[in-house]
This record gives sequence, structure tokens and C-alpha cells, in this order.
Amino acid sequence: MTVTQLPGLLDGLAILRADFPILNRRLAGDWPLVYLDSANTSQKPQIVIDTMVDHLERRNANVARAMHQLGAESSEAFEAARDKVARFINAPSRDEVIFTKNASEALNLVANTLAWAEGPLAIGPGDRVVITEMEHHSNIVPWQLLTERKGADLRWFGLTDDGHLDLSNIDELITPATKVVALTWVSNMLGTINPVAEIARRAHEVGAIVVVDASQAAPQLPVDVVASGVDFLAFTGHKVTGPTGIGVLWGRTELLDQLPPFLGGGEMIETVTMAKSTFAKAPHKFEAGTPPIIEAIGLGAAVDYLSEIGLDRIHAHEQAITGYLLEGLATVGGVTVLGPRNPVERGGAVAFELAGVHPHDVAQLLDSRGVAVRAGHHCAKPAHLRYGVQSSTRASSYLYTTPAEIDALIEGLAFTKTYFKVG
Amino acid sequence: MSTDLDSLYQEIILDHYRSPHHAGLREPFEAQVHHVNPTCGDEITLRVHLSTDAAGDDIVSDVSYDAQGCSISQAAASVMTDLVIGKPVAEAMKAHEAFLELMQGRGSVEPDEEVLEDGVAFAGVAKFPARIKCALLGWMAWKDATVQATVVEHVETEETA
Repeated sequence: MTVTQLPGLLDGLAILRADFPILNRRLAGDWPLVYLDSANTSQKPQIVIDTMVDHLERRNANVARAMHQLGAESSEAFEAARDKVARFINAPSRDEVIFTKNASEALNLVANTLAWAEGPLAIGPGDRVVITEMEHHSNIVPWQLLTERKGADLRWFGLTDDGHLDLSNIDELITPATKVVALTWVSNMLGTINPVAEIARRAHEVGAIVVVDASQAAPQLPVDVVASGVDFLAFTGHKVTGPTGIGVLWGRTELLDQLPPFLGGGEMIETVTMAKSTFAKAPHKFEAGTPPIIEAIGLGAAVDYLSEIGLDRIHAHEQAITGYLLEGLATVGGVTVLGPRNPVERGGAVAFELAGVHPHDVAQLLDSRGVAVRAGHHCAKPAHLRYGVQSSTRASSYLYTTPAEIDALIEGLAFTKTYFKVG
Repeated sequence: MSTDLDSLYQEIILDHYRSPHHAGLREPFEAQVHHVNPTCGDEITLRVHLSTDAAGDDIVSDVSYDAQGCSISQAAASVMTDLVIGKPVAEAMKAHEAFLELMQGRGSVEPDEEVLEDGVAFAGVAKFPARIKCALLGWMAWKDATVQATVVEHVETEETA
């Protein structure tokens, strides 16, 4: 029996789905696309596609360098996108919004400039960087590189059996030696929503900087950089219905002012002589070279689209769908869900194992019925290792996901079990 | 659609997956390698034992392995051991090349059953680009280990000569 209504589901879901042309795709065997890989990348609404095409067709020019009319229009559109992003995350100043190419670059920007920093932000032997065991590789590797280069210590929060951060030793981890605490807001594998504001408060008590990876949070939760109390926050455009090639780093002005530049080049300078350069203020200090103009403009359209629907409503929709998905998975014998079982404690990405069938094979079987999921370690190998799992299958919903699509997944899993003669 | 699926998951492949041949790590061996597929996390630890026949040619005496992975990667490793164990290295390398050619042929290469035996069952994999690396994981590990073992063999031969 197909459920069409669940408490919290977005009103007019069928109309909203019409905003996403790709959702009409039919795949091999004439199966309709059931896209359950939104934590990997989200689909794009027509308004984002049209905004980018319109800019290319009518206003394309470089930004901040061209004195002609098109240059002015392009600069205006690009900087307007910065304003939209600033509103989206409630940034106190638009100058705190730095465009990068993705979340990885944003996190690396912080880690690298901290490696080069002098004065109060400098990191050296005896200092400590604290991360967590549920990070995406992009919030692990940059900190490994930083601590290795600077002779500092890397420590991390472990995980509880039910998929939460183990905060029982927080006083041992967050000490006066701790210079940086970097963590994800929402896990891309376990789905867990972390108590970012509480951890930020504890970190600030010892004077540490708090860096948050909001790649999975920004698509589905109201993100308020002021209320969360963090110092740096990174997310990527393509998971918030925007294009690839554009990411965002938000940082507090007083910290951005203290950090050295990231990449050197055009537009990040104040003046250049053959012997020495002085640098522009943030955000331009951190945006060397021609930026991803069309992508930034597309991201601006995307965050406006999400804001118009309302992140509170999107969050409620995700929770309703995730609850329905967890209920459905519980009916499939042999399925083990990784991470919290309560939809209120988690985001819309659910990783699971199916006994006797490797995730690759699960994904292949589902794909043969038009159901797109992700299989593998989801760039979170340490979190998989923590639970003794080599890889998993992950279904991730978004604002356009319907209960019927969850039904298609559950039916696909039954088909998979029959095909592989398990259970 | 299920025809395509059945061309990928041939019964021979599923048989090898359920009961892999020559699995487990054994002594003796001259080289051991550990290969991973970084995109999905599949991994294999593989050992190669070579010996020399009367004519002085290197023979693949044993290939043993411990692998974690999907049906395609597990079955490919199993089929590979059947194909190379007991063969002269040069002949086994030809089988490797034939399998590689089959995988990279996008479904247009007609496999030679004389050379590839059960390996012909993987012809369907070539049509699924995401799975080609799975099928090649064990083969690449074997080639790597065999090259290393060949070097060891020859160094030892020279030392004892």
C-alpha cells in the first residue's frame, strides 16, 4: 500500500517535484528514476539551471576587472550571490562569505592558512587539533596534514555504539592545548546531528577555534552561524540544489583578518611590486584568480529557492521521509541500519548493510530498477571501521523525495535478496 | 533490464562468489601485496609463490589471497587463480592481458574461451563501467605480486649461482 501523506511532508510535493526536470527521467527498462543519492549530490531546480544559462547568454563577463556594462552586470550578479549566501546562513557580514570550489577547498583553506599563521593563531608542537571519528575524509586529511607539518597532536572524539559522538571524555580532549576543534554538523554516513553549539561553547572556554563542516547540514537544517557559535563553517553548493564547482567558507571577520592569504594571484591583492605585495581584505584576500562566476550565481539562486520553501519545512520533510525509510528498512530481514534509529536525531542519509549481499551488488540491483543509491565507504572509512563495516549502502532523500520512492527502494531490496538467494 | 543484470551476474560468477577457489593465505610465497579500490574500499591481500621448471621458466605454483569485496571482485579473483596457478608466468601474463582487453573493450571484445576459461563470464561486466575496477582488483594485485616475486626469484638464483 502506498502512503502519500505523512505528517511533516511538504505540501504540494508533486508541484515541487515539477521544479526538478531530471525527476522525469526514465532509465533503462523504462524504470522511472528514483533518486536516493542526494547526500552525494542534489538535483537542480529549473530556476538554478535557468539562472545560470541566462547569465551565460546575456551577461557573461569577468567580474571586478571589466569596466564595461557586461562586466558591471556580471560583478553585480556575482556579489548579489554572496549576499544571498550571507542571508542563507545569517552571516553578520557579507565580507565573511568566501567562495571556494567546494567544501573540501574551504576546509583546506582554513587548515592551510592556520599552518602558515603567525601570532595568536599559530599552531606548533604541544598544540592540539581535535576532530571526530565520524568525519568525511575532507575534514580529517587536512587536519592530519596540518598537525604533521607543525608537529602538533591530532586527537578525536570517538563514537558511541548508537552512532553519536562520545562526549564522555570532552574535558580530556578539549584542554588549553586545544587550538582547533573541527567537526561535522551532520554525518554523511551515520546521519547523526551533532550538538555543534554545545561543543563550540566548550571549545571557546579554552580559546579554541571551532570549524564546522556543514556540507550535510546546509541542505536540510536552518544554518545560523551566529546561533551555532562557530568560528568557521564550510559547505558545498551542489548539495544545496546548486551547481558543482562552488563551495562556501564562512569565517568570523576578526579571524579572517588574522589569517594569511591562501592562494596568491589576481584580485586578492591591494598592490603588487616586484619585491612585495599587500593584500585585499576578506573575502577577496582568499579568492585569488577568476572565481567560479556562473556557479556562484547558480548557488545564489539555489539558496534563495530553498529559503523560499523554508529550511524548517525542508527539515520536517526530511525527518518524515527518513522516519518512513527507517520503518521500511525495519521490515526487510537482514538489514542493519548504521547510526541513530530515531529520525529526530538524524539527517536524511541512511547507511545500512544487507546480510549476504555486498553494497556494490545491492546498488547494482537497485540501479537495474531505476533506484539510485550510493555504495561504498562514503569517504568515511574511519566511521565504517568503528562499526566493523567495510562498506555500506546509503539511501539519502531530499525535499523532492516521496514516500512512493521509499517504497520502490524497499521493493528493490526484496528483489535483491531474491536475486542473490539470501534470507 | 533483467537480461542486462543476468549478463553481469552470470551463474558462473555467482558460483565463484559463493565458493571462491584458492581463498585464504598460504605459505610459501615470495611476494605479498595489498591492493585497494579507493573508490569503494574493496581490498585484497594476495601472495604469489613461483617455482622454476626443468626448462628454467618461472611457474606460478600458488596464488593465495584474502579479499573483501563485492561479488564481481571476489569471483574475478577466484577465476583468476584457476587460470594462473600451474601456468608459466609468461602464459599467465597473456591471460592477464586478455582479461584486461576484455574489460577495457566496452563490451565489443569477443573473449577467447581457450585463454580465459571461466573468465569469459565477465564479458558482461565490461558494459558496466563502474564495475570494471572490481573485476580487475585481483588481477592487478596478482600482476604486481608476480613481478615482485620474479625479481626475488632472480636475485636468489643469482646469489646461489
